[in-house]
Amino acid sequence: MRKAFYIPLGLFVILVIILSIGLTRDPRTIPSPLINKPAPEFTLPLLYRQAETFSPQQMRGKVWLLNVFASWCSGCRAEHHFLMQMARIPGVNLYGLNYKDVPLDGKKWLEQFGNPYKSVAKDINGRVGIDWGVYGVPETFVIDKQGIIRYKQIGPIDQKAINETLLPLIKKLQLQ
Amino acid sequence: MAGIEFAEFDDPEQAELYKIMVDELRCLVCQNQNLADSNAPLAKDLRNEIQKMIKQGNSRDEIVDFMVARYGDFVLYRPPFKAYTLILWLGPFIGLVLAIYILINIIRSRSTQQSDEISELDKQRVSDLFGTNTRTDKK
Repeated sequence: MRKAFYIPLGLFVILVIILSIGLTRDPRTIPSPLINKPAPEFTLPLLYRQAETFSPQQMRGKVWLLNVFASWCSGCRAEHHFLMQMARIPGVNLYGLNYKDVPLDGKKWLEQFGNPYKSVAKDINGRVGIDWGVYGVPETFVIDKQGIIRYKQIGPIDQKAINETLLPLIKKLQLQ
Repeated sequence: MAGIEFAEFDDPEQAELYKIMVDELRCLVCQNQNLADSNAPLAKDLRNEIQKMIKQGNSRDEIVDFMVARYGDFVLYRPPFKAYTLILWLGPFIGLVLAIYILINIIRSRSTQQSDEISELDKQRVSDLFGTNTRTDKK
């Protein structure tokens, strides 16, 4: 056989390899451009103590997590008991953003399943969600002491995400 | 346009820009639809945001920057020309050039193989097949 015969075959094999790698990736997970950028500022009223507000500025000097959730979101139900588990770990500062929810529904949900958050801000019209690039709740952001977003979890948190990603990252950031 | 709500602009240029923007930006929830076609609540919010930005006099580039800063290049149906999109943009042309090069090579090698002269070896084979020996007949 002539050498030229193997060129299309070789190209085909390369194509198959590239496409196979593509199949193992999740198209729903879009890399956030906000990673390693300052967390977008906002000031929102709290879900419970309504006279008070939450803003990322208040969290300077602390490693904290912002979990975007809603009572209408089924993935949030799936991750909820993992959030409850995380909230019990010392050094984990978990805050909630109740995204495009009816405040009463949000409260009911937390009363029914437990409230893992230190505070919950309410983003009724979803405008803060746009600034944070939220497109599929639940989403969880890890923010460092300088107010820089270091990680974004898209979709529900599970045991693996806690043990392998979130807790090691929180520990690492707390030492900085 | 299934999900699109009425967007009113006094300026026809702004209306045109709005149409272009919702057409070229991708809905992140239902990824194979643009903002104009999507019924997702997020698409609706983003359409409202774009409408607001246009009315405030923002340019096309400003709106694109706003979206890319939040959702990444993925929101653009027309991917930008960057180092990591080089293969995407140039790949088809490289493939075309390569294909033409291979095609020319094949055609050339074929045309050199064909010749009008019949070699001694082929003449011998012909006579062997017909069971005659032309060279002895002539003598």
